[in-house]
Amino acid sequence: MQNDVFKIGGQELTSRLFLGTGKYGSNKIIPQVVEASGAQVVTVALRRVDPGQPVENVAAYVPKHCVLMPNTSGARNAEEAIRIARLAKAAGCGNWIKIEVIADNRYLLPDNYETIKATEVLAAEGFVVLPYMSPDLAAAKHMAAAGAAAIMPLGAPIGSNRGLKTKELIKILIEEIALPIIVDAGIGKPSEAAEAMEIGASAVLVNTAVAIANDPVAMAGAFGLAVSAGRTAFLAGPGAVQKYASASSPLTGFLQD
Amino acid sequence: MQLRINGKATDVSANQTLLDLITLKNLNQSAIVVEHNRTIVPAPEWPTIVLQPDDAVEILTFVGGG
Repeated sequence: MQNDVFKIGGQELTSRLFLGTGKYGSNKIIPQVVEASGAQVVTVALRRVDPGQPVENVAAYVPKHCVLMPNTSGARNAEEAIRIARLAKAAGCGNWIKIEVIADNRYLLPDNYETIKATEVLAAEGFVVLPYMSPDLAAAKHMAAAGAAAIMPLGAPIGSNRGLKTKELIKILIEEIALPIIVDAGIGKPSEAAEAMEIGASAVLVNTAVAIANDPVAMAGAFGLAVSAGRTAFLAGPGAVQKYASASSPLTGFLQD
Repeated sequence: MQLRINGKATDVSANQTLLDLITLKNLNQSAIVVEHNRTIVPAPEWPTIVLQPDDAVEILTFVGGG
């Protein structure tokens, strides 16, 4: 398992846990959380500054060895996502972009159609594009054809901690799409991250579950372990599920024979 | 004169450059990205943009997000 690396946009990654930076009580804890998680890819968002207040750039708290992946949160259509992506790139944090186009305020479910359009434009501009999407095979194929570097299906609505509710659909993407599949959103516990890795996801992205834990640093460590365990289990090849019992101990040589 | 800064109508004195505005607002220059009338303006060009009435200026930074 030593050489179990995967590549996105030419970048070799050994950690399969991507970490978000939202919802922490203070940005000061972010370096410890990232360190404990082992994450090498960290997400941030772009927002207007309040001209009357000191500007605190969260990117300054992300360890330098990490790839910064700005998201396009706040975008309601492809045009807005493209605008945010260009601004994020101009802000000088590389060319990775997580496309997030959301027009639904209740469940925050992504708009796959607008996301495909944004993927096409940004990939052509040289961005490493990771679209956040509702797990749908046809949409994922369109995103792949449009130049996405990975596909990021949701496990459950953002911040819901409900786990891998879309498991069967994600399995289809893993089977049918040649790009890395990164489960993004909804994962609430390390066991659910492990479950995503066991079915063959290339990575998972976690934010809320770590940020709102009583001890975010410890939870980040737990997620790191779970992702490694799940990945190792996937590579080890889980045995088949069977309806009836199959004795683990020999069924011969009993004392009463 | 009046500008729209981050969507809000804001009064500023005439003949100011983007750099003047950013300096006046005491913003950390290394932490922001600036858009002027929908065009991204790199920091070296801030002194060259003279603001006009009704210009739209967006000043953004990275915040926590997932």
